Amino acid sequence: MAYELVIGLETHVELNTKSKIFCSCGGHSSPIEPNDCVCPACSGMPGMLPVMNKKVVELAATAGLMLNCEINRYTTFDKKNYYYPDLPCAYQITQLNHPICVNGLVKVKTAQGERDIRIKQIHMEEDAGKLVHGGNSSFVDFNRTSVPLIEIVTQPDFRSPEEVVTYLGKLKSMFKSTGISECEEGAMRCDVNISVREEGTEEFGVRTEIKNMASFEAIDRAIRYEAQRHMDALEFGTEELVQETRRFDDVTGKTSAMRNKETEADYRYFPDPNLMPIVIDDEWLEQIKANKPVALDEKAEAYSEMGISDKEIAMLMSEHTVAKLLDDVIALGCNGKDAAAWILTDCAGILRKAGLKLKDLAITADGLSFLIKKVEEGKLNRGAAKKTLIAVIEQGADPVQYCDEQGFLVEVDNSMIESVIDKAIESNPQAVADYKSGKEKALMAIFGACMKELKGSGDPSTIRTMLIEKLKN
Amino acid sequence: MKYYMAKISDKGTVAVDDTILVKDELSCAGSHILDGYKPLFSAEAVERLIAKGYEIAGKTHVGEFGLDLVGEFSYYNELSSGESLKGSAAELVKSGEVKAALGVDMNGSTRRAAALSDVSFLKPTYGTVSRYGVISCAASGEQVGVYAKTADDIAEIMTVIAGNDTKDGTSLREQSYTYDCNEDIKGYKVCIVKELFDKADDKTKANLTAYAESLKTQGVEVDLISLDFADNANTAWQILMCAETCNNVSRYDGVKFGHRSENYRNIDELYVNSRTEGFNFLTKTVILYGSDVLSKHRYADCYDKALRVRRQVADKMKELFSNYDAVLTPACTKTEYAQYDIKDAFTKVFDESVFTAIPNLIGTPALVTNGVQLMGSHFSESKLLSIAKKSERTGE
Ligand SMILES: [Zn+2]
Repeated sequence: MAYELVIGLETHVELNTKSKIFCSCGGHSSPIEPNDCVCPACSGMPGMLPVMNKKVVELAATAGLMLNCEINRYTTFDKKNYYYPDLPCAYQITQLNHPICVNGLVKVKTAQGERDIRIKQIHMEEDAGKLVHGGNSSFVDFNRTSVPLIEIVTQPDFRSPEEVVTYLGKLKSMFKSTGISECEEGAMRCDVNISVREEGTEEFGVRTEIKNMASFEAIDRAIRYEAQRHMDALEFGTEELVQETRRFDDVTGKTSAMRNKETEADYRYFPDPNLMPIVIDDEWLEQIKANKPVALDEKAEAYSEMGISDKEIAMLMSEHTVAKLLDDVIALGCNGKDAAAWILTDCAGILRKAGLKLKDLAITADGLSFLIKKVEEGKLNRGAAKKTLIAVIEQGADPVQYCDEQGFLVEVDNSMIESVIDKAIESNPQAVADYKSGKEKALMAIFGACMKELKGSGDPSTIRTMLIEKLKN
Repeated sequence: MKYYMAKISDKGTVAVDDTILVKDELSCAGSHILDGYKPLFSAEAVERLIAKGYEIAGKTHVGEFGLDLVGEFSYYNELSSGESLKGSAAELVKSGEVKAALGVDMNGSTRRAAALSDVSFLKPTYGTVSRYGVISCAASGEQVGVYAKTADDIAEIMTVIAGNDTKDGTSLREQSYTYDCNEDIKGYKVCIVKELFDKADDKTKANLTAYAESLKTQGVEVDLISLDFADNANTAWQILMCAETCNNVSRYDGVKFGHRSENYRNIDELYVNSRTEGFNFLTKTVILYGSDVLSKHRYADCYDKALRVRRQVADKMKELFSNYDAVLTPACTKTEYAQYDIKDAFTKVFDESVFTAIPNLIGTPALVTNGVQLMGSHFSESKLLSIAKKSERTGE
């Protein structure tokens, strides 16, 4: 029988802020010693009150905008109660009823095709501390308590582990490239909800949840193991599936049920009276939108629309400075596809010959756009432009100055070119006749005569176009 | 009996109760669970007093987490049989040793203590005084208030401690407030709530009637009105108060500070035994009620309903305050404190809080003076203080 996997994800992402979510302790930048980065507030001492870090709201909303979410203008915090030594107040401040973002959408592309993953919600919350076990004792490190997190909850829209890993990779590159999160080891943690159903059926199968996984590889393995376990149960009746929370063991590669005690808690959520509801007005939202950095993902899409090839996009994505150069050159009015070819073919070739890497490319956007534009205008021929690039890359020359010194730039006089073309047509009657009768190769003779007359000045492709136009008459 | 949990200075003019933190001084909220706890910082209200040159006399005893009737169940100062109510901030102010004292009004124990000790206490509008440095129980309704003998002294201290504090997210935006005790009260309209008046004993009734009469001689109009939602408002506040207290005291687990049981083999026993030994019977009862009203199967019928009642009461009181400058009620049923067993405390406090709950529930101010309570609309402290000043007993 054919089965279909149904997967939903809850992804916790540590936000990259200067301070923690409700106090002024240093935020993400991890301190060296345990409990270095702790104050009375984030260690749960009485008398301290949480004070909202505005930057967290802005980063969470920005993440929401990147995932095409609606931003809730009225957002509130709730307390989630449970006892654990790494949780100093015995409650976690999170969002239950009015999360900051809802109803988003992410497109995930795998070898099997593209799928829409709906984002149910994104909420803000504080992280817990860390327990360090040693000998007969356990030690508590509160450095991580109250570090801001967002939790991104998807609908059960994934159908394969590949899609899950692709989605996570997409989030990671999106957040890392825009500074929303450092996405370091352990800064992105996942709970995976998984069920299996007969292909073609609507009803969901029994769902299990695998908690708290940090590496993509573990997530991939856990999903594969768990899916197989579900399918074996359905196909061969190896066991009866129950809705439960499980943990994945990295060593054995297996999942196992967690104790009920850990899973069936009543968290007694209630609205936190210490934090007033946050109202995101039009002005603030516009400001957040205006400051939203362009995620790599969106950038790749934009490049693709310009006609830049997937291979070129991949090269650009791997070198931020090169992508930045391209963006600047485009901003100066150059065609994106052409500019990308200049950088990734012409410049890259010269660099390679010089034993340099793409990231070593040292040419200003102004300099490069100067060359591209002059060639386009026919004032600089491609060969000369290439010589200039070599001088720039190998000797650090200034493109404008170099072209000037070498006398590469020509003032193109179209009427002069026209008269040269007319002359060439006149003096090559046989070639003209051959061309007109369909022998395309004959064009080269006439074109060559033009170029010879022009002594290499003028843009060859412009001249060629002009020549063809003339021959149509 | 002794007044001080921690004596700080003989020259001090203001005392603060044990739920308000003073840097490096014992601050235990009257509870064994916070045994030996000395905070790293002082409450904002204390800092403001010190900055204005007031010296802090010391920390006065409170009943554990301020949950009891008048401060009778402190771990450090429990009343023994036959003793009268001594050792509270109210009594200290009455003795004249200090000019004023700060107390946290959370479920009326401060107002009841003031009424029984015959001093004044103002519970100001929610959000006017920072709660930074208050050992918090019921965050949505607790507020630092002032005990003093006169309205002028209360106004003086309030001017110092009130105003925006960025360390408290519930603090209102105004940078400062002015308190005027000399408003012309002639023509004010005050109403007595029949349902609350009827709950009091004869002596209390007589005291309130006499007070109303004295107001009339000042040109104040006094009506008798009905407030049919007083009991529901109290129930709603008790639900919210228990829930929030349960949550806020859950951090006291014996792991980080305060009392840790010597008797445990694992983390669960460490929690259970430390808390069993550390909290008194009343706090435990409040924790149980609080847990219950927040539990999945009770939330909608209890906690959520209480939030809805809170909004309705706020609307109805707003309407009432549009017709009256103040509402006059008893502060408690009796004029004298009588000893009782802690096992009865939860019910007793519940019953007595019917007089004091509305201001906690909706954040309005209340002033206890001459053994009665005046409730006003938000920011009507000056009105209440002016009424109190005109009728202060002379010759004291
Ligand atoms: Zn902190």
